[in-house]
Amino acid sequence: MTRTFKRIALATALLAAFSVSDVSTSRAASKATPPPPQDWSFSGVFGTFDRAQLQRGYLVYREVCAACHSMKQVYFRHLVDIGLSENAIKAIAAEFEVAGEPDEDGEPTERPAQLFDRLPSPYANDNEARSANNGALPPDLSLIAKSRVGGSDYIHALLTGYLEKAPAGVTMGEGMNYNTYFAANQIAMAPPLAEDGVEYEDGTKASVDQQARDVAAFMTWAAEPEMEERKRMGIKVLLFLIILTAMLYAVKRRVWSDLH
Amino acid sequence: MSAAPEWKNPVVRWIDHRLPVFTFTHHSLIDYPTPRNLNYWWNFGSLAGVVLVILIATGLFLAMHYNPNVDYAFDSVERIMRDVNYGWLMRYMHANGASMFFLVVYIHMFRALYYGSYRAPREVLWFIGLFIFLAMMATAFVGYTLPWGQMSFWGATVITNLFSVVPFFGDAIVQWLLGGFAVDNPTLNRFFAFHFLLPFVIFGLVFLHLWALHVHKSNNPLGVDIKTDGDTIPFHPYYTAKDAFGLGVFLIFYFAFAFFAPNYLGHPDNYIPANPLVTPPEIVPEWYFLPFYAILRAVPDNFIDIWGILPILVTAKTAGVILMFASIIVLFFLPWLDRSPVRSARFRPIYKQLYWLFLADCIVLGWVGANPPEGTMLVIGRIATLYYFVHLLVFMPLLSRYEKTRPLPDSISAAVTPQGSSQSAQAQGA
Repeated sequence: MTRTFKRIALATALLAAFSVSDVSTSRAASKATPPPPQDWSFSGVFGTFDRAQLQRGYLVYREVCAACHSMKQVYFRHLVDIGLSENAIKAIAAEFEVAGEPDEDGEPTERPAQLFDRLPSPYANDNEARSANNGALPPDLSLIAKSRVGGSDYIHALLTGYLEKAPAGVTMGEGMNYNTYFAANQIAMAPPLAEDGVEYEDGTKASVDQQARDVAAFMTWAAEPEMEERKRMGIKVLLFLIILTAMLYAVKRRVWSDLH
Repeated sequence: MSAAPEWKNPVVRWIDHRLPVFTFTHHSLIDYPTPRNLNYWWNFGSLAGVVLVILIATGLFLAMHYNPNVDYAFDSVERIMRDVNYGWLMRYMHANGASMFFLVVYIHMFRALYYGSYRAPREVLWFIGLFIFLAMMATAFVGYTLPWGQMSFWGATVITNLFSVVPFFGDAIVQWLLGGFAVDNPTLNRFFAFHFLLPFVIFGLVFLHLWALHVHKSNNPLGVDIKTDGDTIPFHPYYTAKDAFGLGVFLIFYFAFAFFAPNYLGHPDNYIPANPLVTPPEIVPEWYFLPFYAILRAVPDNFIDIWGILPILVTAKTAGVILMFASIIVLFFLPWLDRSPVRSARFRPIYKQLYWLFLADCIVLGWVGANPPEGTMLVIGRIATLYYFVHLLVFMPLLSRYEKTRPLPDSISAAVTPQGSSQSAQAQGA
């Protein structure tokens, strides 16, 4: 019996070893420093999003990042999840003009954005985005927390990882900025956050670190809005399965008792 | 085996007289004689069946919301994650379920290797199992293309291109697979169609697998044949109870991934929409393909310098592709490569050691497959590839000739029950 379990444990360890080696290699591929792990309200099995932080993060996105970066997978109606009231979201949405239905003469129209609209993109298409950014394409941020190794840690590290001057011996490309955590250390994006660059409604001091932290949390929510529901359900499912499995073990022992 | 039961319910009796489904079920699932000494490694067959059903069920719901068009595929997956009720649950169970399916099947195959379950008279059972494995690989490959992320696109590009090494018809085959000159909308459409079809092909093969299994019954840890009724116990309730407990343990493991680390086994790049103009820094397959990926890339580009004449026949890429397919095809010959008089590694002191080396070798291959093929990694990958074939093609035949096996017990019951062992002691005394 114990031997069997030891073997199951071994198999598990092997699987883990497999996947760890996978992750570590993708990190090793870039020359960048791995992002230092941060404390997040949403880490761990019981972690949840901090609604106030998400709202601060959305403010940073709206006032800073949204100038160049789209978030196409997020709709205004999703923002109810970060604790904004429907009226507050409607008011924010109404500030944006989006393409409406063609009018009676077939002419294109514009209307204020509503709850069922996506967050508006800053550029009409990728070409316009490149043209406005020196040839670089600002990536869509909806899934950035899932599509980068390190997730929220990486976003926070990147936003705070700029050096004013590249270290001696590093030749920078034209218009490029030195960033400790970016692959190959050269990033087209200029340092986006400034001390008190936004004004938080809840009175939190808007340091660069705080803004980076908040917007990283917001992007984590945007990448996996289902996370809280997933963890809540997961805990119930696992508790149920553990009890069920214990009972099944007792049944198995009982059934086999006449053979042993 | 007891005779067919008398069905008391008149409706059951009426149906059974015309189509004996109840008698069949009784013989195959309830009364079915199973060796009494199966250990927990024998759980993985039924686990694989359960995972297949979970994959088909979750896949059906995903297919209702997925859109196989290059302009909408990525967004439709995100819509499933965000707006479809419990869509995230279906998708994470499906994606992690694929990993679990491979894990369970790999354990199932390595169990067969350890206890000699591929040996006569179970060769066809082993073949069908290998066909299931091949069908799984095809299904997983086309399925991974569907989310239309960067790895989907570039993985599909790399793997379909492997077929270009086929002499004369290579390029034509690749175009035929892709439905064009590159991975594009026609590719996605047909991959979706195949991804829906192939699981049912696997399902059919599973039935053949079970049919073949039920002819000669399960092998067992001792590797000796079933001789008397005392060697077996009915499948129900003994193995239904044991399988149910094993399923519970497995589901805890599986759901721990699906609920708490759903993207741990995936690659972050696949959350970037496919872009034919940007190649990812590394193109890496899912973990379950890594050993084969290492074999594929084990042949170095400077192959020409090393071998001198061989490249006239095949290039490095061709050699890699041949090796990769050979690594699976060679498994079909295993029943004849291994001619040991004894099935189970328990009675094969040297094979037992080499078995673990072989397992370690496969894991090393997986680790190498996750890394770029350069420097030490390439060397390790080449040695591990060589050892893979040496184990199967050289060590297995040699061992069956020269290995001194330990004495086998008279029967299963003689080895595992007190009555049986006292009987055999008496028999030996007499």
